[in-house]
Amino acid sequence: MKILVCVKQVPQKDAPLKLNESGAWIREDVSYEVNEPDAYALEEALRQKEKHSGEVVVITTGPTRAQQVLREALAKGADRAIHLEDPAFVGLDAFNTAKAIAAAIKDEKFDLIFTGLQSDDYGYAQTGVILAELLGWAHATIIMHIEKSETGIKVKRELESGYFQYVEMPLPAVLTIQSGINKLRYATLIGIKQAKNKPMRKVTMAEVQSAISPNLQKIEKLYIPHKAKKTVMLEGSPAEIAKNLVEKLKNEVRVL
Amino acid sequence: MAETILVVVEQREGKLNRVSYETLAGAQAIAAEMGWQLEAAVVGSGIADIAAEIAAKKVSKVYAVESPALAPYTPDGFVAALKELISSRRPRLVLMPHTYQVRDFAPKLATALASTLISDATGYVKDGDRVLFTRQMFQGKFSADVAFTGEPPYFATFQTGSYRGDQAAAGDAPAPVETVKVEIADGVVRNRPQLAFKEAKQAVDLTQAPIIVAVGRGIKEQKNIEIAKQLADLLDAELAASRPICDAGWLPMDRQIGSSGQTVAPKLYLALGISGAIQHVVGMKGARTIIAINKDADAPIFEIADYGIVANLFDIVPPLMEEIKKAKG
Ligand SMILES: Cc1cc2nc3c(=O)[nH]c(=O)nc-3n(C[C@H](O)[C@H](O)[C@H](O)COP(=O)(O)OP(=O)(O)OC[C@H]3O[C@@H](n4cnc5c(N)ncnc54)[C@H](O)[C@@H]3O)c2cc1C
Ligand SMILES: Nc1ncnc2c1ncn2[C@@H]1O[C@H](COP(=O)(O)O)[C@@H](O)[C@H]1O
Repeated sequence: MKILVCVKQVPQKDAPLKLNESGAWIREDVSYEVNEPDAYALEEALRQKEKHSGEVVVITTGPTRAQQVLREALAKGADRAIHLEDPAFVGLDAFNTAKAIAAAIKDEKFDLIFTGLQSDDYGYAQTGVILAELLGWAHATIIMHIEKSETGIKVKRELESGYFQYVEMPLPAVLTIQSGINKLRYATLIGIKQAKNKPMRKVTMAEVQSAISPNLQKIEKLYIPHKAKKTVMLEGSPAEIAKNLVEKLKNEVRVL
Repeated sequence: MAETILVVVEQREGKLNRVSYETLAGAQAIAAEMGWQLEAAVVGSGIADIAAEIAAKKVSKVYAVESPALAPYTPDGFVAALKELISSRRPRLVLMPHTYQVRDFAPKLATALASTLISDATGYVKDGDRVLFTRQMFQGKFSADVAFTGEPPYFATFQTGSYRGDQAAAGDAPAPVETVKVEIADGVVRNRPQLAFKEAKQAVDLTQAPIIVAVGRGIKEQKNIEIAKQLADLLDAELAASRPICDAGWLPMDRQIGSSGQTVAPKLYLALGISGAIQHVVGMKGARTIIAINKDADAPIFEIADYGIVANLFDIVPPLMEEIKKAKG
């Protein structure tokens, strides 16, 4: 099986984020990491390859710094990488990101494309599904298990409130992967060494420009959310806070 | 002619999903403020009852989009059906609840119509003759007001809890129901879904617990779960967790709170090192009192907490346990 995995670099979970001058985006001088479900998507692709042989290719769009997530993927066992490299990719909406990815892989023949179910920064929850429609492929979302079947694949979709559902579908297909589908591996030292010699194809904005169009949605304003509730903040030394909190538990929450 | 909003309500296996009323309430607000018309659609097979239920609400028309090929939900089937309806009726704005089912097909539908979807909105802002949608970004650390910049039809989905379903206004008289029979050719629907099921062992029922102590990734290591457990025992509370804790196997899945876990409304919810992502919050925001301990003052959990403590949980929990012991005598 030949599998493409879309991995995105996003600000680290604990990174302190600040608005930039435009008021419509953040200051980008923060630490980054791989979008969590994308790490699970990569792991799943590696496991499928180990079972059925084939190839795992990783792709990302973003500035030079985004290469880091591709390097990590190569170190974990991906065979090669594609980097659509330009800071301008960060500002694309999900439709355009999917179009750019589709354009970059037009000469390839994948059986499966995995994406994460949602990005931690934009949180569109759309890129994979849009990509499927652009390619004319079947898709399924929020996937927790994948196995080959006689005619294609059988996947387990997560539904709400603890429900699941099996779906049989043909190949090629796009699957959006949910965190927790498997247990992640760590890169080994040998893996990190080998990654240096693995192919990394660079694609410029100019090469995919004709495939993309003006964004169909635009962030007019980014801001700290308005508070819905009045929160009483308890302050002081840990001992004072503990005392104060127990007093609340006794007299206001009435659980002691 | 007035512009039209179309709300696509959700049905699963022949039953109306009640969150549809929340979207309807939001759509009624937009329609009133913009002076637009409001219509609704339900998609499936044998859905006349649901259409009639929706027709009792304040909408000018309900479409019952029918085909035997729509009996089990599939993205191919629903997109084929809705593409046909939307192409011919030309609503300006299509609104849906941001459910797992809608996430599965709405981006495909918008793409098939060369348009775009603003997903997971929590509200809207009128800006002249435009409607902007507000959505969370960066896991709830920021909100964004987002505009459509292309041509209609525009698509948006509302997050669960953005509007109150019980505020969806009823109509003076039932709205007309138009049955739209769609032809879905063989081969269009590629996925073959099986029935939804629940994983067998759901040993713990957290919905009845009066007090819940919940841990998130801030607990750092599996061995630290023990600290939370001791605190829970002292409070006669159940122990629960955010999803990453259960994904890692530090606590069993049936202790997970949130959209893919249990929904609880205890007297007290004590959140230790939980950031407050919306998928967690939907499972616990009904708690009578929420106390959050988080080292990040900007963590979204403080937006819904009644009491907040900005601190390292490992500094607070030990003295807290001492104080509780004292209080219990
Ligand atoms: C479709 C879908 C379904 C999902 N379903 C669920 C669900 O049902 N339930 C669920 O919980 N999540 C769910 N999620 C995941 C959700 O989006 C979040 O990723 C998750 O809730 C984050 O968990 P967390 O708060 O424990 O971790 P993080 O977001 O990593 O937060 C950890 C927090 O701990 C704080 N912290 C760190 N160290 C300390 C310390 N020493 N003391 C105090 N605080 C500290 C940090 O400041 C941070 O705020 C779902 C996601 C998707 C896309
Ligand atoms: N810039 C990008 N580069 C590579 N993959 C991406 C990018 N943006 C989104 N994706 C993929 O699409 C998934 C869903 O992202 P989103 O639609 O933004 O929520 C992510 O988990 C990634 O797998």
